[in-house]
Amino acid sequence: MRNFSYLLVGTFFGIVLYKSEAASWFRIYEMFQFDAFHMYGIIGSAVVLGILFVQWVKRSKAKSFKGNDITISEKKKTFVANAIGGILFGLGWALAGACPGPMYTLVGAGFLPVLIVLLGALLGTFVYGLLKSKLPH
Amino acid sequence: MQPWPWYVSGPLIVLVMALLILMGKRFGMSTNLETMCSISGAGRFVDYFKTDVKSKIWSLMVVLGVVFGGFLGANLLSENRGVAISESSVTTLNELGFSSAGKAYLPSELFSLESLSNPFTWVILLVAGFLVGFGARYAGGCTSGHAISGLSNLQLPSLVAVLGFFVGGLVMIHLLFPLIF
Repeated sequence: MRNFSYLLVGTFFGIVLYKSEAASWFRIYEMFQFDAFHMYGIIGSAVVLGILFVQWVKRSKAKSFKGNDITISEKKKTFVANAIGGILFGLGWALAGACPGPMYTLVGAGFLPVLIVLLGALLGTFVYGLLKSKLPH
Repeated sequence: MQPWPWYVSGPLIVLVMALLILMGKRFGMSTNLETMCSISGAGRFVDYFKTDVKSKIWSLMVVLGVVFGGFLGANLLSENRGVAISESSVTTLNELGFSSAGKAYLPSELFSLESLSNPFTWVILLVAGFLVGFGARYAGGCTSGHAISGLSNLQLPSLVAVLGFFVGGLVMIHLLFPLIF
Protein backbone atom coordinates (compact mmCIF):
# COMPACT_ATOMS: atom_id res chain seq x y z
CA MET A 1 0.00 0.00 0.00
CA ARG A 2 2.82 2.41 0.81
CA ASN A 3 4.47 1.50 -2.47
CA PHE A 4 1.24 2.45 -4.18
CA SER A 5 1.40 5.93 -2.64
CA TYR A 6 4.92 6.40 -4.02
CA LEU A 7 3.65 5.28 -7.41
CA LEU A 8 0.91 7.92 -7.19
CA VAL A 9 3.34 10.71 -6.23
CA GLY A 10 5.60 9.65 -9.10
CA THR A 11 2.69 9.62 -11.55
CA PHE A 12 1.75 13.13 -10.48
CA PHE A 13 5.36 14.26 -10.89
CA GLY A 14 5.54 12.67 -14.36
CA ILE A 15 2.41 14.52 -15.47
CA VAL A 16 3.79 17.81 -14.10
CA LEU A 17 7.12 17.32 -15.88
CA TYR A 18 5.36 16.62 -19.16
CA LYS A 19 2.69 19.34 -18.95
CA SER A 20 5.13 22.01 -17.69
CA GLU A 21 7.29 21.21 -20.75
CA ALA A 22 10.29 20.97 -18.38
CA ALA A 23 10.82 17.61 -20.12
CA SER A 24 11.09 19.27 -23.52
CA TRP A 25 14.56 19.47 -25.10
CA PHE A 26 13.46 22.75 -26.69
CA ARG A 27 12.67 24.38 -23.33
CA ILE A 28 16.14 23.54 -22.02
CA TYR A 29 17.73 25.03 -25.14
CA GLU A 30 15.58 28.14 -24.79
CA MET A 31 16.57 28.47 -21.12
CA PHE A 32 20.30 28.44 -21.91
CA GLN A 33 19.65 30.98 -24.68
CA PHE A 34 17.89 33.24 -22.12
CA ASP A 35 15.05 33.50 -24.64
CA ALA A 36 12.17 32.93 -22.20
CA PHE A 37 11.35 33.16 -18.52
CA HIS A 38 9.49 29.81 -18.47
CA MET A 39 12.16 27.48 -17.00
CA TYR A 40 13.51 30.19 -14.68
CA GLY A 41 9.97 30.73 -13.43
CA ILE A 42 9.50 27.01 -12.77
CA ILE A 43 12.81 26.53 -10.95
CA GLY A 44 12.66 29.93 -9.21
CA SER A 45 9.11 29.55 -7.88
CA ALA A 46 9.90 25.98 -6.82
CA VAL A 47 12.98 27.09 -4.88
CA VAL A 48 11.22 30.03 -3.16
CA LEU A 49 8.29 27.84 -2.06
CA GLY A 50 10.71 25.02 -1.22
CA ILE A 51 12.67 27.29 1.14
CA LEU A 52 9.43 28.31 2.88
CA PHE A 53 8.36 24.66 3.22
CA VAL A 54 11.70 23.48 4.61
CA GLN A 55 11.78 26.39 7.08
CA TRP A 56 8.24 25.50 8.17
CA VAL A 57 9.21 21.86 8.69
CA LYS A 58 12.26 22.85 10.75
CA ARG A 59 10.61 25.56 12.86
CA SER A 60 7.34 23.80 13.56
CA LYS A 61 9.14 20.47 14.10
CA ALA A 62 6.52 18.98 11.80
CA LYS A 63 6.10 15.20 11.92
CA SER A 64 5.87 12.89 8.93
CA PHE A 65 2.50 11.39 7.94
CA LYS A 66 3.45 8.36 10.05
CA GLY A 67 4.18 10.62 13.04
CA ASN A 68 7.98 10.33 12.95
CA ASP A 69 10.50 13.17 13.22
CA ILE A 70 11.58 14.59 9.88
CA THR A 71 15.28 14.88 9.15
CA ILE A 72 16.29 16.78 6.03
CA SER A 73 19.82 15.65 5.25
CA GLU A 74 22.62 18.09 4.55
CA LYS A 75 24.57 17.88 1.29
CA LYS A 76 28.24 16.87 1.59
CA LYS A 77 30.60 19.82 1.29
CA THR A 78 32.68 18.41 -1.55
CA PHE A 79 32.97 21.67 -3.43
CA VAL A 80 35.47 20.52 -6.08
CA ALA A 81 33.21 17.58 -6.92
CA ASN A 82 30.08 19.76 -6.81
CA ALA A 83 31.68 22.16 -9.29
CA ILE A 84 33.31 19.71 -11.74
CA GLY A 85 30.42 17.24 -11.56
CA GLY A 86 27.99 20.11 -11.93
CA ILE A 87 29.69 21.37 -15.10
CA LEU A 88 29.76 17.87 -16.63
CA PHE A 89 26.10 17.42 -15.71
CA GLY A 90 25.25 20.78 -17.30
CA LEU A 91 26.99 19.80 -20.55
CA GLY A 92 24.91 16.63 -20.67
CA TRP A 93 21.69 18.35 -19.58
CA ALA A 94 21.89 20.82 -22.46
CA LEU A 95 22.84 18.16 -25.04
CA ALA A 96 20.26 15.57 -23.95
CA GLY A 97 17.74 18.31 -23.19
CA ALA A 98 16.72 16.27 -20.18
CA CYS A 99 17.87 15.59 -16.65
CA PRO A 100 17.12 12.25 -14.95
CA GLY A 101 13.47 12.94 -13.93
CA PRO A 102 12.35 14.03 -17.42
CA MET A 103 14.20 11.05 -18.97
CA TYR A 104 11.77 8.67 -17.25
CA THR A 105 8.85 10.90 -18.26
CA LEU A 106 9.90 10.90 -21.90
CA VAL A 107 10.21 7.11 -22.02
CA GLY A 108 6.61 6.94 -20.81
CA ALA A 109 5.60 9.57 -23.37
CA GLY A 110 6.80 7.16 -26.03
CA PHE A 111 10.14 8.68 -27.10
CA LEU A 112 12.06 5.41 -27.31
CA PRO A 113 15.45 6.94 -28.33
CA VAL A 114 15.53 8.40 -24.79
CA LEU A 115 16.28 4.82 -23.67
CA ILE A 116 19.73 5.29 -25.27
CA VAL A 117 20.20 8.46 -23.17
CA LEU A 118 19.20 6.45 -20.08
CA LEU A 119 21.65 3.70 -21.02
CA GLY A 120 24.36 6.37 -21.28
CA ALA A 121 23.34 7.74 -17.88
CA LEU A 122 23.61 4.27 -16.33
CA LEU A 123 27.06 3.83 -17.89
CA GLY A 124 28.11 7.25 -16.57
CA THR A 125 26.87 6.31 -13.10
CA PHE A 126 28.77 3.02 -13.26
CA VAL A 127 32.01 4.67 -14.41
CA TYR A 128 31.72 7.20 -11.56
CA GLY A 129 31.45 4.33 -9.07
CA LEU A 130 34.48 2.74 -10.72
CA LEU A 131 36.63 5.89 -10.56
CA LYS A 132 35.30 7.49 -7.37
CA SER A 133 38.41 6.89 -5.24
CA LYS A 134 40.68 8.37 -7.94
CA LEU A 135 38.69 11.57 -8.49
CA PRO A 136 39.24 14.82 -6.57
CA HIS A 137 36.34 15.56 -4.19
CA MET B 1 -5.36 20.52 -22.51
CA GLN B 2 -2.86 23.36 -22.85
CA PRO B 3 0.67 23.24 -21.40
CA TRP B 4 0.87 24.48 -17.82
CA PRO B 5 2.45 27.90 -17.13
CA TRP B 6 5.47 28.20 -14.85
CA TYR B 7 3.46 29.56 -11.91
CA VAL B 8 1.42 26.36 -11.86
CA SER B 9 4.30 23.98 -12.63
CA GLY B 10 6.86 25.31 -10.12
CA PRO B 11 4.51 25.06 -7.10
CA LEU B 12 3.38 21.56 -8.18
CA ILE B 13 7.00 20.39 -8.33
CA VAL B 14 7.49 21.64 -4.76
CA LEU B 15 4.32 19.80 -3.78
CA VAL B 16 6.03 16.59 -4.95
CA MET B 17 9.08 17.39 -2.82
CA ALA B 18 6.88 18.28 0.16
CA LEU B 19 4.87 15.06 -0.11
CA LEU B 20 8.01 12.92 -0.27
CA ILE B 21 9.52 14.72 2.75
CA LEU B 22 6.26 14.29 4.70
CA MET B 23 6.32 10.61 3.73
CA GLY B 24 9.72 10.46 5.45
CA LYS B 25 11.71 10.33 2.21
CA ARG B 26 13.57 12.74 -0.03
CA PHE B 27 13.22 14.21 -3.49
CA GLY B 28 16.05 13.13 -5.80
CA MET B 29 15.89 11.40 -9.16
CA SER B 30 19.46 10.52 -10.09
CA THR B 31 20.05 8.21 -7.10
CA ASN B 32 17.78 5.78 -8.91
CA LEU B 33 20.42 5.38 -11.63
CA GLU B 34 22.75 4.11 -8.90
CA THR B 35 20.09 1.70 -7.66
CA MET B 36 19.52 0.42 -11.21
CA CYS B 37 23.28 -0.23 -11.51
CA SER B 38 23.14 -2.16 -8.23
CA ILE B 39 20.19 -4.22 -9.45
CA SER B 40 22.03 -4.97 -12.70
CA GLY B 41 24.84 -6.52 -10.66
CA ALA B 42 27.35 -3.64 -10.70
CA GLY B 43 28.19 -4.50 -7.07
CA ARG B 44 30.07 -7.58 -8.31
CA PHE B 45 32.62 -5.29 -9.97
CA VAL B 46 32.57 -2.16 -7.82
CA ASP B 47 31.94 -2.00 -4.08
CA TYR B 48 30.29 1.41 -4.50
CA PHE B 49 27.21 -0.36 -5.84
CA LYS B 50 26.90 -2.84 -2.97
CA THR B 51 23.89 -1.18 -1.44
CA ASP B 52 20.71 -2.38 0.18
CA VAL B 53 18.39 -2.25 -2.81
CA LYS B 54 15.35 -3.05 -0.65
CA SER B 55 15.63 0.31 1.12
CA LYS B 56 15.34 2.04 -2.24
CA ILE B 57 12.32 0.26 -3.68
CA TRP B 58 10.12 3.22 -2.72
CA SER B 59 12.18 5.47 -5.00
CA LEU B 60 11.96 3.03 -7.91
CA MET B 61 8.19 3.09 -7.43
CA VAL B 62 8.34 6.87 -7.83
CA VAL B 63 10.30 6.37 -11.07
CA LEU B 64 7.73 3.86 -12.33
CA GLY B 65 5.10 6.49 -11.59
CA VAL B 66 7.05 9.18 -13.45
CA VAL B 67 7.13 6.91 -16.52
CA PHE B 68 3.38 6.33 -16.25
CA GLY B 69 2.80 10.05 -15.68
CA GLY B 70 4.70 10.79 -18.89
CA PHE B 71 2.41 8.37 -20.70
CA LEU B 72 -0.71 10.04 -19.29
CA GLY B 73 0.61 13.54 -19.93
CA ALA B 74 1.44 12.80 -23.54
CA ASN B 75 -1.50 10.62 -24.49
CA LEU B 76 -4.48 11.73 -22.41
CA LEU B 77 -3.74 15.28 -21.32
CA SER B 78 -2.36 16.88 -24.48
CA GLU B 79 -3.74 17.39 -27.99
CA ASN B 80 -0.86 19.23 -29.53
CA ARG B 81 2.69 18.13 -28.72
CA GLY B 82 4.37 21.19 -30.19
CA VAL B 83 6.27 23.31 -27.67
CA ALA B 84 5.82 27.02 -28.37
CA ILE B 85 9.34 28.23 -27.64
CA SER B 86 10.34 31.82 -28.40
CA GLU B 87 10.77 32.96 -32.00
CA SER B 88 14.45 33.72 -31.52
CA SER B 89 15.14 30.17 -30.23
CA VAL B 90 13.27 28.76 -33.25
CA THR B 91 15.44 30.89 -35.54
CA THR B 92 18.76 29.83 -34.02
CA LEU B 93 17.67 26.17 -33.97
CA ASN B 94 16.60 26.33 -37.62
CA GLU B 95 20.05 27.68 -38.45
CA LEU B 96 21.59 24.70 -36.65
CA GLY B 97 19.44 22.33 -38.72
CA PHE B 98 16.65 21.60 -36.21
CA SER B 99 13.64 22.16 -38.45
CA SER B 100 11.24 20.65 -35.89
CA ALA B 101 11.78 23.60 -33.50
CA GLY B 102 8.44 25.04 -32.39
CA LYS B 103 6.48 22.11 -33.88
CA ALA B 104 7.44 19.16 -31.70
CA TYR B 105 7.98 18.20 -28.05
CA LEU B 106 11.49 16.86 -28.78
CA PRO B 107 13.59 17.47 -31.92
CA SER B 108 12.83 14.74 -34.45
CA GLU B 109 16.44 15.15 -35.61
CA LEU B 110 17.59 13.37 -32.41
CA PHE B 111 14.59 11.59 -30.91
CA SER B 112 12.68 9.95 -33.77
CA LEU B 113 13.14 6.29 -34.64
CA GLU B 114 14.28 7.33 -38.15
CA SER B 115 17.06 9.46 -36.66
CA LEU B 116 18.52 6.27 -35.11
CA SER B 117 19.59 5.05 -38.56
CA ASN B 118 22.34 7.64 -38.28
CA PRO B 119 25.22 6.45 -36.00
CA PHE B 120 25.89 10.11 -35.12
CA THR B 121 22.57 10.22 -33.25
CA TRP B 122 23.58 7.22 -31.11
CA VAL B 123 26.89 8.88 -30.21
CA ILE B 124 25.16 12.15 -29.24
CA LEU B 125 22.50 10.41 -27.11
CA LEU B 126 24.99 8.09 -25.39
CA VAL B 127 27.51 10.85 -24.64
CA ALA B 128 24.77 13.20 -23.39
CA GLY B 129 23.40 10.49 -21.09
CA PHE B 130 26.88 9.57 -19.89
CA LEU B 131 27.62 13.18 -18.90
CA VAL B 132 24.31 13.43 -17.04
CA GLY B 133 24.86 10.16 -15.16
CA PHE B 134 28.53 10.72 -14.36
CA GLY B 135 28.06 14.42 -13.58
CA ALA B 136 25.07 13.87 -11.31
CA ARG B 137 26.92 11.32 -9.16
CA TYR B 138 30.12 13.36 -9.06
CA ALA B 139 28.20 16.53 -8.16
CA GLY B 140 26.14 14.60 -5.58
CA GLY B 141 22.76 15.22 -7.18
CA CYS B 142 20.85 16.49 -10.20
CA THR B 143 18.20 19.11 -10.82
CA SER B 144 15.82 17.60 -8.27
CA GLY B 145 18.39 16.77 -5.59
CA HIS B 146 20.50 19.93 -5.84
CA ALA B 147 18.49 22.66 -7.61
CA ILE B 148 15.17 21.98 -5.86
CA SER B 149 15.87 19.98 -2.66
CA GLY B 150 19.33 21.36 -1.91
CA LEU B 151 18.61 25.03 -2.61
CA SER B 152 15.35 24.73 -0.65
CA ASN B 153 17.46 23.63 2.31
CA LEU B 154 19.95 26.50 1.67
CA GLN B 155 22.82 24.11 0.98
CA LEU B 156 26.02 25.78 -0.25
CA PRO B 157 27.22 22.61 -2.09
CA SER B 158 23.96 22.71 -4.04
CA LEU B 159 24.50 26.33 -5.03
CA VAL B 160 27.98 25.41 -6.30
CA ALA B 161 26.54 22.44 -8.22
CA VAL B 162 23.70 24.48 -9.75
CA LEU B 163 26.15 27.18 -10.86
CA GLY B 164 28.14 24.32 -12.42
CA PHE B 165 24.98 23.06 -14.20
CA PHE B 166 24.57 26.48 -15.76
CA VAL B 167 28.21 26.90 -16.72
CA GLY B 168 28.12 23.49 -18.43
CA GLY B 169 24.80 24.21 -20.14
CA LEU B 170 25.91 27.60 -21.43
CA VAL B 171 29.18 26.17 -22.74
CA MET B 172 27.28 23.37 -24.51
CA ILE B 173 24.67 25.61 -26.16
CA HIS B 174 26.82 28.60 -27.02
CA LEU B 175 30.25 27.12 -27.73
CA LEU B 176 29.79 23.42 -28.55
CA PHE B 177 26.42 23.32 -30.39
CA PRO B 178 27.80 25.24 -33.41
CA LEU B 179 30.65 22.69 -33.59
CA ILE B 180 28.47 19.59 -33.08
CA PHE B 181 25.44 20.45 -35.23
